[in-house]
Amino acid sequence: MTKLADYADARELTINLTLRELRGKYKRSVIGWSWSLINPLATVLIYSLVFSFFLKVTPDGGSPSGLKVFALFLLCGLLPWNYLSNGMVGGMSALVTNANLIKKVYFPREVLVVASLISWLVSMLIEMGVLVVILLLFGNMALPWIPLALLLILLQSVFVLGLGLMLSVLNVYFRDVQHFIGIILQIWFYATPIVYPINVVERAAADHHFRILGMGLDSLYHLNPMVGFVEAYRDLLYDLRLPPAGDIIYLAAWSVATMTIGMIVFNRLSGNLAEEL
Amino acid sequence: MSSGPAISVRNVSKRYRLYHERNQTLKGTLLQRKRVEFEEFWALRDVSLEVPKGGTFGLIGENGSGKSTLLKCMARILNPNEGAITVNGKMSALLELGAGFHPELSGRENVFLNGSILGLSKRQIEERFDEIVDFAGLQHFIDTPVKNYSSGMYVRLGFSVAINVDPEVLLVDEVLAVGDEQFQRKCAEKFAELKESGKTIVIVSHALGSVRTLCDEVALLEHGRLRVIGPPGQVIDTYLGDVHTDRAPDGELGTRWGSGEARIEHIELLDAAGSATTEVQTGEPVTFRFHWEARQPIQKPVFGLALYTLEGVQVTGPNTRQADMVPDTISGSGTVDLRVDRLLLLPGTYDLTASLLDFTCSHAYDNRHRAFRFDVRRGEPQEEQGIVSLGGTWAHDRNGGPGQ
Ligand SMILES: Nc1ncnc2c1ncn2[C@@H]1O[C@H](COP(=O)(O)OP(=O)(O)OP(=O)(O)O)[C@@H](O)[C@H]1O
Ligand SMILES: [Mg+2]
Repeated sequence: MTKLADYADARELTINLTLRELRGKYKRSVIGWSWSLINPLATVLIYSLVFSFFLKVTPDGGSPSGLKVFALFLLCGLLPWNYLSNGMVGGMSALVTNANLIKKVYFPREVLVVASLISWLVSMLIEMGVLVVILLLFGNMALPWIPLALLLILLQSVFVLGLGLMLSVLNVYFRDVQHFIGIILQIWFYATPIVYPINVVERAAADHHFRILGMGLDSLYHLNPMVGFVEAYRDLLYDLRLPPAGDIIYLAAWSVATMTIGMIVFNRLSGNLAEEL
Repeated sequence: MSSGPAISVRNVSKRYRLYHERNQTLKGTLLQRKRVEFEEFWALRDVSLEVPKGGTFGLIGENGSGKSTLLKCMARILNPNEGAITVNGKMSALLELGAGFHPELSGRENVFLNGSILGLSKRQIEERFDEIVDFAGLQHFIDTPVKNYSSGMYVRLGFSVAINVDPEVLLVDEVLAVGDEQFQRKCAEKFAELKESGKTIVIVSHALGSVRTLCDEVALLEHGRLRVIGPPGQVIDTYLGDVHTDRAPDGELGTRWGSGEARIEHIELLDAAGSATTEVQTGEPVTFRFHWEARQPIQKPVFGLALYTLEGVQVTGPNTRQADMVPDTISGSGTVDLRVDRLLLLPGTYDLTASLLDFTCSHAYDNRHRAFRFDVRRGEPQEEQGIVSLGGTWAHDRNGGPGQ
């Protein structure tokens, strides 16, 4: 009962903490908000150079859009990836960096993780907005697909928040969680079709016939929920088509499951935060 | 709202874990499957108490007795392992001022952020904004990032926000001792005002004087257990009673210096019956006695005595020269007494400094700074404010006499 009232009170707090994150993030830098754009641009430049120019990775043209620009292909996968990795790392440190607050004031602790995620969500939305504009300049009419893209972002937010909740408390009890996450994120990045098109994996799977747990390489690869997310974003914005319904259901299941586990873990472990920090 | 107590604490116990070797790595836990070793420590054990609405409640006890732990449980920052606490009404805790300030943000932005952390809505903060800034006295700096504030300014703003949350229940842990003197007075006034307007206040403090005057009821914690609860005078006396039994009768509390040709060997406080004690009552006749020893004859020695409160305020400082009682010479050993017909110190703990100086009072043969500590208990006159009584008597003219 009282918990419910706390959440009502916490709305204002969430907004203010998010603003604090955003202001803190951008206030110091001279170029301010534009940082949130320069960063991905630099990454795009590097990856385009390495993968498209040197390694000659060439994705098929978008169908039905017919778009064939590696940088845009890359961005459609890179932005959701950045959201995931920033959201996870931000959520992981949300409690530890606010130890002072947690030890001195009462408020629902989830708010810190949520505020961190929302601040990254804002960056994601800005970057996505810019991407859509660029796509339009290249003649890709992505506008009708924006509502669906927003729903997809919402779904991914639930997924990332679940992970963030889990990591935030684990990081209080085990301070080396960040090292693990560093490694996991690296593996995860290359296990997701961001810098290469998914048909590379499909072709490789056709050549090698090894099976684990009765599953071929291709099926194993598709277990990774980020494969589904990145493909869905690409379907909507690059190819301009509906993602397969089965994929979306699979992603929704992942998101709900991650969120549920995240909440359970958080509630289990967050009772003694003030003394463990 | 209901007329029940503002805070009710029922059988609350709180346990801390003391880790021998904190196994804080995931790798260690996963690979070695080593069990984390820890000892349990009960910081609170079966504490029950009620704070009535509009009451001012004091929590006292030695360092580590669990006062802050109890306050944090009330503030819901910690969860008790056993028992339950209910708080009726909006609560605000002053545990640390300025918790949650962001150095890069301006004072104004921080007021809004801090206010919302303490549970205020944007509109409420807007309404109180001017008052908050006024109280902190930071009109000119409100748009400066707080990283450029002095630490005093930081504290002022923090206090100002916290106090303007306008809670029904206010929890305060030792935060009154910050800020410059003017600001401290401002804070004290604010507290009196809150008390006046019927807010419930819980204060944790070692400043027994303030507890005595501010509180209606006081609880004494001892190793996490509730020892007594009752009117301030009585509980503080119990506490001081404990503290004084731990104390050596003539303990060296402070420093000692001097050339040493003559020394004050022993300091005594004698009660009316003439027996040595460390505890007297207001209004009682007492005698301070110094036992001295002179290795060589000393010309015109001056004996002095000074009394201090625990906060270090000097109450008085008579000496034998001012009283024109300087002997021509002393040698061997002897005693000197300061007889007080009626001790006008009010209840509290005091430290005594004894000194033996030459006639110019510029050279010390022996100076024993705050070398003797004694307690004064409630007696006659029964006053409570300040350090001393004037020993005066009130009289009305015929329009206000008792026989009217
Ligand atoms: N986070 C913690 N982990 C382990 N032990 C703790 C923790 N916090 C407090 N304690 C222990 O609990 C006991 C009570 O601490 P608490 O801070 O409540 O004392 P206190 O009465 O406020 O003392 P003080 O007068 O010094 O402020 C102490 O022995 C302290 O060492
Ligand atoms: Mg304390």
